[in-house]
Amino acid sequence: MAKNLNVTIKFWKQNGPKDKGHFETHDLKNIPDDTSFLEALDIMNEELIAAGKEPFVFDHDCREGICGMCSLYINGTPHGKTERGATTCQLYMRRFKNGETITVEPWRSAGFPVIKDCMVDRSAFDKIIQAGGYTTVRTGAPQDANAILIPKQDADEAMDCASCIGCGACVAACKNGSAMLFVSSKVSQLALLPQGRPEAAKRAKAMVAKMDELGFGNCTNTRACEAVCPKCETIANIARLNREFIKAKMAD
Amino acid sequence: MWLFNSSIGRKLIMSVTGIALVLFITFHGCMNVVALISKDAYNTICALLGSNWYAIAATLGLAALVVIHIIYAFILTIQNRKARGNNKYAVTEKPDKVEWASQNMLVLGIIICLGLLLHLFNFWYNMMFAEIIGAEGLKYGPADGFNWIKETFSNPVFSCLYIIWLVAIWFHLTHGMWSAMQTLGLSGHIWFQRWKCIGQVWSTIIMALFLIVVLAFWFFPDAVGQCDFKLLPFAVN
Repeated sequence: MAKNLNVTIKFWKQNGPKDKGHFETHDLKNIPDDTSFLEALDIMNEELIAAGKEPFVFDHDCREGICGMCSLYINGTPHGKTERGATTCQLYMRRFKNGETITVEPWRSAGFPVIKDCMVDRSAFDKIIQAGGYTTVRTGAPQDANAILIPKQDADEAMDCASCIGCGACVAACKNGSAMLFVSSKVSQLALLPQGRPEAAKRAKAMVAKMDELGFGNCTNTRACEAVCPKCETIANIARLNREFIKAKMAD
Repeated sequence: MWLFNSSIGRKLIMSVTGIALVLFITFHGCMNVVALISKDAYNTICALLGSNWYAIAATLGLAALVVIHIIYAFILTIQNRKARGNNKYAVTEKPDKVEWASQNMLVLGIIICLGLLLHLFNFWYNMMFAEIIGAEGLKYGPADGFNWIKETFSNPVFSCLYIIWLVAIWFHLTHGMWSAMQTLGLSGHIWFQRWKCIGQVWSTIIMALFLIVVLAFWFFPDAVGQCDFKLLPFAVN
């Protein structure tokens, strides 16, 4: 049986990256517990607008857990306490208690400046991807589908790495503001496949250089990133990136 | 140079110096156990490690490793603080799989440094340093390591400080050992578990060796080191 909840939302308000920012609170009454958390925020915004106040700004897009756009730090956990492997949009009000105060904060990291409230600028991730460059593709007549044999294990692993949606939860959770889990997943998804090998060394070096340049921190293996990753990426990827990077630099 | 200007390079410096220091304390821990068995044998080792050129060279190398490890710890921490930004979260929750030691390596490192200073004051200053400068009038000779241990741990304050020090090193190593392998890239889904296990067992054994020596010299100073045999067939000093 669905039941209704009364909760207090304590949300972060901040006008741009230079603003100091502060918390505001809003009481939500009678929210059905099968409402998604983002829907509850929509309801809150309707109420704020009706009361003549400025609505709360947050990122969201597909709302089906695949785009990586939603990015809220809820009660001390990136994406909140969802079922394993889900983003904020897959967080439901049934995960909260009646009468609870829910604290909503933006990803806090120097690499992700706040645009407004809980909307942060994650274009740094796009710049890192861009630095990775191209993969060589032979044009001409299509090859036979099975011309390049790839062990199932490698294919699965590459697919798991590719499932990283670049939401930035790893950076948000990291006490060092390190983007290593993201970068390592994106390096791994290509490094594991024969098609990604020709540029593997170049890619690892360029993406790490870009990551450092954009001011992300140095990984100290605390594993906070893998604990909160909605796509269950693991630090085995980080070890692989270290390996790729060191090998590439040694070969120079 | 990529070792100094890339994040992975800087981490590699931490990793390699850390592993070298682990190997050193492994040697040191094994060496200490000799003191439990035979006074003469232990003092023979002390004489071999006195102010001989190779011992001084090794000590300088060791000091360099420690200094590099500390300098990079601070460089990395300062950079990481900057990357984290000034805005702190109002609410944070530590996930279960995040170990306490992994988030407090700098604090543990500072405690270890303070312990190291005490240790250098208790032993190195009275032994190698005394021998180098030719100090006179000390209670025991520079190669009489056995009696210096006895002297130090007869003081319960020192014994307690040493135990706190050992606990801090243990925490530091339980994270440090697998972390060093992870940084070198010698880890993965399977080896992560293995390194973690190896690291825990290794650090526990070494720290237990150190602890036994402290406790034995603290509580049974007259019973230790009584086996009478010479480690070397010839006399040193």
